Amino acid sequence: MSWAKRILRVNLTAGTCTEEPLNMEWADKYLGQRGLATKYLTEEIDPKVDPLSPDNKLIIATGPLTGTAASTGGRWSVITKGALTGAIACSNSGGFFGAELKFAGWDMIIFEGKSANPVYLLVQDDEAKLVDAADYWGRTVWETEKGLKAEYQDPQLRVASIGQSGENGVKFACVVNDLHRAAGRSGVGTVMGSKNLKAIAVRGTKGVKVNDPDAFLKATADGKTVLAENAVTGEGLPALGTQVLMNVINETGALPTHNHKDVQFAGASDISGEAMQEPRRSDGKPNLTRNGACFGCTIGCGRISTIDPTHYTVKDREQYQVASGGLEYEAAWALGAATGINDLDALTFANFVCNEQGYDPISFGTTVGAAMELFEMGVLTTKETGGIDLTWGNAEALTTLAELTGRGEGFGAEIGLGSKLLTEKYGHPDLSMSVKGQEFPAYDSRGIQGMGLTYATSNRGACHLRSYTVASEILGIPEKTDPLSSDGKAGLVIAFQDATGAVDSAGICVFTTFAWSLDNIAPQIDAACEGDWSVDKLLEVGERVWNLERKFNLDAGFTGKDDTLPKRLLKDAAKTGPAEGKVNELGKMLPEYYSLRGWTEDGVPTNETLDRLVL
Amino acid sequence: MEKALLLDAGKCTGCEQCEVACSMTHEGASNPAKSRIKVFNFHDEGRFVPYTCTQCDDAWCMQACPVDAISVSADTGAKVVADALCVGCKVCTIACPFGTVNYNPASGKVIKCDLCGGNPACATACPTGAISYVDASATGYEKMKAWAQATDAGAQASA
Repeated sequence: MSWAKRILRVNLTAGTCTEEPLNMEWADKYLGQRGLATKYLTEEIDPKVDPLSPDNKLIIATGPLTGTAASTGGRWSVITKGALTGAIACSNSGGFFGAELKFAGWDMIIFEGKSANPVYLLVQDDEAKLVDAADYWGRTVWETEKGLKAEYQDPQLRVASIGQSGENGVKFACVVNDLHRAAGRSGVGTVMGSKNLKAIAVRGTKGVKVNDPDAFLKATADGKTVLAENAVTGEGLPALGTQVLMNVINETGALPTHNHKDVQFAGASDISGEAMQEPRRSDGKPNLTRNGACFGCTIGCGRISTIDPTHYTVKDREQYQVASGGLEYEAAWALGAATGINDLDALTFANFVCNEQGYDPISFGTTVGAAMELFEMGVLTTKETGGIDLTWGNAEALTTLAELTGRGEGFGAEIGLGSKLLTEKYGHPDLSMSVKGQEFPAYDSRGIQGMGLTYATSNRGACHLRSYTVASEILGIPEKTDPLSSDGKAGLVIAFQDATGAVDSAGICVFTTFAWSLDNIAPQIDAACEGDWSVDKLLEVGERVWNLERKFNLDAGFTGKDDTLPKRLLKDAAKTGPAEGKVNELGKMLPEYYSLRGWTEDGVPTNETLDRLVL
Repeated sequence: MEKALLLDAGKCTGCEQCEVACSMTHEGASNPAKSRIKVFNFHDEGRFVPYTCTQCDDAWCMQACPVDAISVSADTGAKVVADALCVGCKVCTIACPFGTVNYNPASGKVIKCDLCGGNPACATACPTGAISYVDASATGYEKMKAWAQATDAGAQASA
C-alpha cells in the first residue's frame, strides 16, 4: 500500500520496457524516492562511471506519499550520477508528473543504456513503450509538452522533458515537468540527453491506496492544520512565495552579490517578492499573476507571473506574453544579485527561458556572474563574448545569454560549461563559486555560518536543500541560533541533513519542515505504509541515505579535501552588513562534523558507522 | 435548508486536493482521473478553475436516463446515480449540458457529484476556501457583499 510496489525498467539500448517488483526489504530501509533510488543506483552502477556514458543510469522516483492526500504529496526526484559534478545527484521536483506516475501504478522508472536515436517513453497505466522522438528532438520543453498532449489528444497527459540544453550538453540542464517545475540541479537533464531520451509522458488512472485510510485522513488533516496555522507556510510563502526571503536575507548581510564579492545588493528590493506585487506603469498589472500550487500542496508558494508586455524582452514576441512560472527566490537571486541586475522583467524573462530551454537558473546566473567578474578583470573581453558587454548589472547581456546558452550558441556555449570549467578555462578557478563543481545557492556563508558547512559537505555539491540551517539561523525554526557563530553548527547541520534525507525519501516537500517536524510527518507515513514508521526510524533512514551517498562519492574519487569552500569565503571578509569582517569558519566546524558523523579525520565513514547503519 | 457547492475560482491554486478527496471518498483511492470535481488549469492565462455538477433542479441527466438510475436525494437535493440500476448507456453524459456526468470504464457506470450525502469532501479538503458548501439560496451572498462595499465606497468617495 502507498508504494505501488512496481518498478519500470527501461533499457534504452535494447529498446525494452520490463516490469519488476519493488524490493520491499530495501523500501523498509530507504523508504522511497531519494533514499530508495539511491540504493538502487549505487547497487547498479560503478561509482567511477562517466556520467554521460551509457553505463550511467537515470532513475525517476516517487515516494510512498507521492500521489496521496498528504499535503505537498506530489514530489518526485531524478537520481543519477550528476553531469555537472560527477557526484551522486538527486534533484527533486513538484508539479503533477510524479503523482501521475504513481496513479499509473509505478514507484520508479530506471533508465539504463543509451538509445541509438532520440526517443520518448509513453506510460499509460500498465502499458509502457518507447516511441521515436524525431519530431520532438531540438524542440523546447514547452513545445514538447504541448506537442505530446496534442498528439495523444490527452490534455491530462503529464510530461517531464529536456529542452535543447539537455540535448546540447549544457552541464546544468534540468528535467522540466508541467512546463515550469524542474528537477533542476547537478545536470540531471544533461544525463537524460546523453541517453537520447527526450521526454517521459505519463497518464495514470489506477490511483494510490493507503494502508489505513482512516488514520491517514486524520494524520494528513492534522498536518494540513499545522501548515495553515504556521507563519511561514500559512502566511509568508502563500503571500510572497520563496521570494519572501529577498529583503530578509539582504538585510542579514548574506545575499551573495557580484559573484560573492559583496554580501548585500542595492537592487534587492527591486527584485523582491514585494516588488512582484507592485502594479507596473504600462498595464497596471503586477508581475505576480497568481499563486500556483504543485499537486496536493496546501501551501501554494509557486509564482505564476507575466512580463510587462512593453518590456524589451517580449515586446514583439507573443509566446512570452503569457502567464508562466515566475521567479522563486533562488532564481531571482542568481539571475539578479549574483550579476548585479535589478530589472525584474528581465529576470522573469530569463527565468521563462530557463524553463523553456530546460536549464538551472542557479548555476546559469552564478556562471554569468563569474563571467562578469572575469570581464571586469579584463580576462574576458567582447572578443571572447561575441560582442556581449558583460558589465555588472547589464540586463541585456543576461537575457541574450539566456537564449544563447540553451541553444549552445556563441558565448552561451561557454556559459553552458558551468562556472568551474569556465573559470578554469580562463585561468581563474578560484572565481567559481561552487563546491564539487556545483554553484552556490542564495545564502552567503560568511553571514550564515552553518550554510558554509552545509555547502562543503553536501553530497551533490553546493546546495541549500540538503540542510537548510537558514531556518534556524535566520528564521528561528525550530529554534534560533546565531548566524554569525559557528558554535554548535556541526550538530545542527547533521540534524537537518538527516531529517531532510527522510523527507526527500517520502514524496513530500521540504518546505513543509518550516512547520512540520518529523513528529508531524511520521504519523502520515505510518498510516500510509506497511510497517512501523517512527520518528527514530525516519531519522535512521535519513542518516543511512546520507552515508550511502557519501560512500558513493568516496568510491567515485572524491575525498575529504573536496569538502571545502572557495577561497573567497574562507579568506575575504564580508564588507558590509551584520557579517562585516566575517569569513566562514569551516575549519572549526568540519572536524567536529566528521567526528559527530562517525567518520574518520579524512571524512570516511568508519566500519562501525557503516555497520550501525546496515550499509 | 438546501445547500449547494459554491466555487470561487479566484481563490483556487490548482492543488487538486479536492480531486484527491473526492476520489478517496468515492473510489477508496487517491485518483484524480475518477474525481467528480475537476480543476482546470488555463495555464497561459494564469487561471485555475474548479468545476463540478451544479445539481440542476430539472436535471437533464435524470430526464434522459432510460432506466431511472438517477434520482433526487431527499436529504441534499443531489442527483444521485444508483449503480445497481445504471447500465452504462451514457445517454446522461450526452444530455448534460455541462459535461459533469462522466463514464467510468473501470466500473461500466457513470459517475457524478452526489454532494457526499451532505458533507462534500472537496469543500472540506480545499485549503484556500475556493470550494465551500453554503445555503443554496445565497450562493451570491459574498459576491453581493463585496460589491455592496465597493459601490458604497465609491459613493462615499464622490460625496
